[in-house]
Amino acid sequence: MTITPDGPLLLPGPVEVTLPDGTVVTSRRFTVALCTCRRSRIYPWCDTSHRRRTKNAKETR
Amino acid sequence: MTGPALPQPRGELSAAVIAALTSGDTALDSTLPPTVDPYGDDLQLALYVLYELHYRGFTGVPDELEWDPGLLAVRRSLERPFLAALRRDVPPGTSADEALDALLVEPVGHDDSSVSHHLQRDGELWQLTEYAALRSLYHLKEADPHAWVIPRLRGRAKAGMVAVEFDEFGAGRPEEIHARLYADLMTDLGLDTTYGHYLDRAPAVALATVNLMSLFGLHRALRGALVGHFATVEVTSSPGSRRMAAALRRTGAGKAAQRFYDEHVEADAVHEQVVRRDVVGGLLADEPHLEADIAFGVHATGLLEDRFGAHVLKAWQQQHSALRTLPHGGTERKSP
Repeated sequence: MTITPDGPLLLPGPVEVTLPDGTVVTSRRFTVALCTCRRSRIYPWCDTSHRRRTKNAKETR
Repeated sequence: MTGPALPQPRGELSAAVIAALTSGDTALDSTLPPTVDPYGDDLQLALYVLYELHYRGFTGVPDELEWDPGLLAVRRSLERPFLAALRRDVPPGTSADEALDALLVEPVGHDDSSVSHHLQRDGELWQLTEYAALRSLYHLKEADPHAWVIPRLRGRAKAGMVAVEFDEFGAGRPEEIHARLYADLMTDLGLDTTYGHYLDRAPAVALATVNLMSLFGLHRALRGALVGHFATVEVTSSPGSRRMAAALRRTGAGKAAQRFYDEHVEADAVHEQVVRRDVVGGLLADEPHLEADIAFGVHATGLLEDRFGAHVLKAWQQQHSALRTLPHGGTERKSP
């Protein structure tokens, strides 16, 4: 598994995650990005919410 | 498999190319007029049509014309000014990491220059439908142009690229190929899902975004730029897709429409990591001299996406369609 500097934990898939309330969620993806910042709207999966925010950002799509 | 119909020409260059494909007489003069606009409708359509021979071709055009020397010479003469304009117009001298790091920040609040920000907050259903029609030129062949780079990579870069492409192509499940998910989205929006259907309606700014991928994908010499393009798409996709999913939910576009972007929020958060670490990192370790090309690919993608976004937002601000009006199209409506 890989710990990224300021982002998710990367695990080889498939992965089964048990959430605090006992729910089990599964991802079959070849690599799974687990949220570590707890800001993800699709927790426990990363949705890039950990990204730095700035007043002058550009995005392309 | 039959291809789409040939489009209507938009000037002398595209008329000559389309006529050659129709007649089979491909002995064309590949000298361009010096005043040709590298980003203009005529050149971009001529190039788009020639590139399409490498994907699915056109109905009534023999498959063998893909490798016709006369047409390849014309294609080269069209690519040169396009590539020269891109090299002229991108910011010089940044590293691949600097170019990508600039994309890894998100704006605080609303970004007036972003189509997905506009659609999330204020977008109307007809605007989402237009956006989907214009983007269909790429998304109905999503990840296809990037597959061309695979034989040109090795080791870590190749393994990472193939893993991401496997995901794009449904990870072994045809119903989950991203191009198929996009067709489902189009159906939800009442659009025609026939491959190439909206070509005549797509302005040059939209064609250029797809031509860029074909240009980078078809030239081994531009493999660094192709990887830069792919990284840009994957890095910017996840937050943009979240806004698109929100826009489609707010306007009640339908479940399949939301599904396409929901899938991209999660998938591309993974793809971004793999592409930056393994594909870009692996290629830089393997071929460090490609650094400037990777950065060029990132910047060229940003440049053309910004032009596309500016066109679409300007049209909508004036309550106009962002699509081309067909010269012989009969009655035109605001939505496609």
